[in-house]
Amino acid sequence: MSERIPVAKTYKLYVGGAFIRSESGRTFTEKDAAGDLVGNICQASRKDLREALKKARAAQPGWAERTPFNRSQILFRVAEVLETRRGIFEELLVKVCGWSAVEAKADLDAAVDRTFWYAGWCDKFSQVLGGINPVGAPYFNFTLPDPQGVVCILSSRTSPILGLLSGILPAIVPGNTCVVVADNRAASITLELGEVLASSDVPGGVVNLLTGERAELLEHVAGHMDINAIAVFGGEAKDLASIQEGAAENIKRVREFDDPDPSAWRDRAQQSPYWIEKFCEWKTAWHPVGV
Amino acid sequence: MCPYVLPPVPSVDQVQAELRASSFRKRSIKTSAKKQALRLILSMIDLTTLEGMDTPDKVRRLCRKGRDPLPGEDLPSVGAICVYPTMVSVAKEALAGSSVKVASVATAFPSGQTFHELKIEETRRTVAAGADEIDMVISRGAFLAGDYGRVFDEIAAIKQACGPAHLKVILETGELGTYDQVRRASRIAMDAGADFIKTSTGKISVAATMPVTLVMLEAIRDFYLETGRIIGMKPAGGIRTAKEAWHYLAMVKETLGDTWLTNRLFRIGASSLLNDVLMQWRRLSSGRYQSPVYFSED
Amino acid sequence: MDGIDVKEIQPTSPGASEQSGAKGRTPVPELLFGDLWDYAPAPQNTSHVKIAPRYEHFIGGEFVAGTGYFSTLNPATEERLSEVPAADDEMVDRAVRAAREAFDKRWSKLPGSERGKVLYRIGRALQERSRELACLETMDNGKPIKESRDVDVPLAAAHFLYYAGWADKLDYALPGATVSPLGVCGQVIPWNFPLLMAAWKIAPALAAGNTVVLKPAETTPLTAALLTEIFQEAGVPPGVINIIFGAGASGAALVRHPDLNKVAFTGSTEVGRAIQRTLAGSKKRLTLELGGKGANIIFDDAPLDQAIEGVVEGIYFNQGHVCCAGSRLFVQENVLETVLRKLTHRLASLRVGDPLDKNTDVGAINSSEQLEKIRSYVDIGCAEGAQMHQLACELPDKGFFFRPTFFTNVVPAHRIAREEIFGPVLAIQTFRTPDEAVQKANNSPYGLSAGIWTDKGSKLFAMAKALHAGVIWGNTFNKFDPASPFGGFKESGFGREGGLHGLLPYMEVRG
Repeated sequence: MSERIPVAKTYKLYVGGAFIRSESGRTFTEKDAAGDLVGNICQASRKDLREALKKARAAQPGWAERTPFNRSQILFRVAEVLETRRGIFEELLVKVCGWSAVEAKADLDAAVDRTFWYAGWCDKFSQVLGGINPVGAPYFNFTLPDPQGVVCILSSRTSPILGLLSGILPAIVPGNTCVVVADNRAASITLELGEVLASSDVPGGVVNLLTGERAELLEHVAGHMDINAIAVFGGEAKDLASIQEGAAENIKRVREFDDPDPSAWRDRAQQSPYWIEKFCEWKTAWHPVGV
Repeated sequence: MCPYVLPPVPSVDQVQAELRASSFRKRSIKTSAKKQALRLILSMIDLTTLEGMDTPDKVRRLCRKGRDPLPGEDLPSVGAICVYPTMVSVAKEALAGSSVKVASVATAFPSGQTFHELKIEETRRTVAAGADEIDMVISRGAFLAGDYGRVFDEIAAIKQACGPAHLKVILETGELGTYDQVRRASRIAMDAGADFIKTSTGKISVAATMPVTLVMLEAIRDFYLETGRIIGMKPAGGIRTAKEAWHYLAMVKETLGDTWLTNRLFRIGASSLLNDVLMQWRRLSSGRYQSPVYFSED
Repeated sequence: MDGIDVKEIQPTSPGASEQSGAKGRTPVPELLFGDLWDYAPAPQNTSHVKIAPRYEHFIGGEFVAGTGYFSTLNPATEERLSEVPAADDEMVDRAVRAAREAFDKRWSKLPGSERGKVLYRIGRALQERSRELACLETMDNGKPIKESRDVDVPLAAAHFLYYAGWADKLDYALPGATVSPLGVCGQVIPWNFPLLMAAWKIAPALAAGNTVVLKPAETTPLTAALLTEIFQEAGVPPGVINIIFGAGASGAALVRHPDLNKVAFTGSTEVGRAIQRTLAGSKKRLTLELGGKGANIIFDDAPLDQAIEGVVEGIYFNQGHVCCAGSRLFVQENVLETVLRKLTHRLASLRVGDPLDKNTDVGAINSSEQLEKIRSYVDIGCAEGAQMHQLACELPDKGFFFRPTFFTNVVPAHRIAREEIFGPVLAIQTFRTPDEAVQKANNSPYGLSAGIWTDKGSKLFAMAKALHAGVIWGNTFNKFDPASPFGGFKESGFGREGGLHGLLPYMEVRG
């Protein structure tokens, strides 16, 4: 029997529900722990970021207008598909990141469970965190969350799948759309997630995945006037400073998160309804009570 | 003749309307403004007695009080004496030669629950007895049942029966339930020929309030701007102190303007208000707070 | 206003009526809002208000003499009321150190139940000295006594009392979370609601266990100065609340102090931006409550007379010095004529003048600078082609006053329709459909407030959902309550003040 040559995959950016090459034509190579080529990965440019943000902005009202129940159903579907495709993620974690199979399995257990956990929050968190305010006048007064709009996520660099999902999920639960700038050890894993999302009924543009260099794209993220919030995982002091400075231009919300080591990402402390809160605006409405 | 169709009237938000009405209570009326207000209020009072136990002598006493509220002081007479139809001739005689009008409640006051012909007849005879002003009640039953045409027709017929007498139409707002209904009833009354619209009979627990008066003043204003017809307003019942009364005046001033600051267009149906106005007047002229014992009951 | 075509709203002479009644009918003489019966002057007695010739910083429970003293004026008379020092870096440092010491040694160790009692005492003291505070606020700020007496002071007291009750219930505020205080908070507040903003800042911060250094605005330091007496009387432990005075430079010195854990700012978007930049790279938490250009939307099915009240409340309350003012009015085109007529009538009875007169509806503009800014915007509006309407009332000879004004023939691109004027100036535009109203209302970098006037509940909720604003008033406007969270979307800032959500920015949340 002759040796079979496997078909190699081209890892493309996931933008607006499509898999596209970088407009810049740039790629970088990803190698496994042994130094063998995993693939050529598209390297997102400033213009890719700009286009991805347009897609995210266009998708946002539709995503927010879906019923919370529907958003939760879609995220449950993500968990289902992730469960059935977990093998590729475990394989890449071992191959690219050099994790043990046990670690990889634990990570995917946690990733699926965390997705499942956040999915259920879609139609519950506003009950827990919003409320009726007992004002001292004849008004029905309530506070409910609204999405912030478009969130740019500078995702975890230590945990390519669980850390990545831990940033995306709390952002999209309340109806935001996001553009992720992933700069981690395993860009292939990031883009594999795109395939999971694309086959899970997540509308195109809700999650956009850009692989590339955080350092290169950071100033463009910070200064962009059509981003509402930036989530930074494991930001270095100087990066955070330049993000905040740029963010001030249009009063972006900047959310800073730690980026702990991979095993710590599996901890329950890395998921919280209060992370969803960080991606919400609180809207308070008054309505008179009278006849 | 085409049946009456109620034109569109704006809705009223209860909370905001009550808030606006209460804002007039914050108007601080001092010194010269108070003095002028007290005189105005006196001239606007429809001094009222509507009791089963009313006697000619009681009515005569009230008329004397109305003509010259505080003997020895240069004060205006009240606007009118308001009595039951059987007492009209007594009041007319007692008020002869004065500016005080005789007002009377006709149309099966206070419930309005009698036959149409009887209401017409009662109105005619009351006017014939000397009433200058007729305070009628609308058929709340018909209004609440949505029979606006009947309410309109009845008011129009009474207006005709009034002849030269002025017609005040009592909506009995305490029975209408909402300000939206008050606004509708006001419009029907004005369309049907009312000279005044009036809040209440004084015979049920909810009488004139500032918000309901405000809603009616706004109805009068919109009607004026639409048709050019000037309608008067009479809150009745529940206004017992001079302070409340001048807050009503502030509401008239700021809602309808100067034109309505006259007893030809604004009246207050009251009985105990008069003595409080007199006490306030004495307080202003003497500088001393007063006691009720110095003021005659009627 | 020379050379500018102004449609004057005449309260006293009817003139030739331009307003016809319903279309096709004969015009009727205009309503006459004159002086047939005028309110006599009703000045608030201020004999019980004692203003010291000079106030000092309040640091570590003591009054600390400073440098660079400057005067604060009564904007209604332009008379000097008192003077306060301007904090420099050294003074800021002293205040922050006092707050840090109080936090470390005492306040963070005090049980919530005891913190609550301190806040409660402050609230009670505010109620007890309410008349004095109201008078002082009116004298220093220029707002009508009616408002300081009935809105600012009672709300400020209510805020302390509301958060007093939270201090010992923080464990129940956020399900599943453990919370802890942040530490020392630097707070910078504006001049439009001096006492109320101090309460909004101090009460939740203390309830959550933080200590504060607060800087009031340079033109309105006096109620904060009186507050320091109240803090002493109420037994606030030394250093828990520190108040320093000064202008922008002092505020800048405060927010850049390295030992703050949190900065809270209320004021202009411009300064907010600068603060966010200043804090870049620091670990300080930040909340910003910034500018706005609130949309007040009137549908044709609205309760129109009440809507007019909402328009007046929205833009002429506090001389329009309100970040959440309804400064853009959107009227459904088929009721524009009626709304304008009603608004014109309503304006005619507004009383502009001495803020201490109990019948004054619109008081003094807070400063000559602000007055200039308002004037320049009105000039811009006229130059851009909008039609100005203004109440033709007499203004006092002295002091900073501006007539209630509105503009018609406004288009969305006009600067008076986009930029925050912070004065009694309203820009009126029309719309045809609910979608157009939403689109126009949301077409702004700001997102603080919006008002909706309709008799239809379902429409109101649909609009409330679609509008990008932190506070939505349905059939009302400019209502505030300590239990009701307040704050903006977009460039109107982030973080909430009031209610349970007002605690969040002052707590570390785990879980």
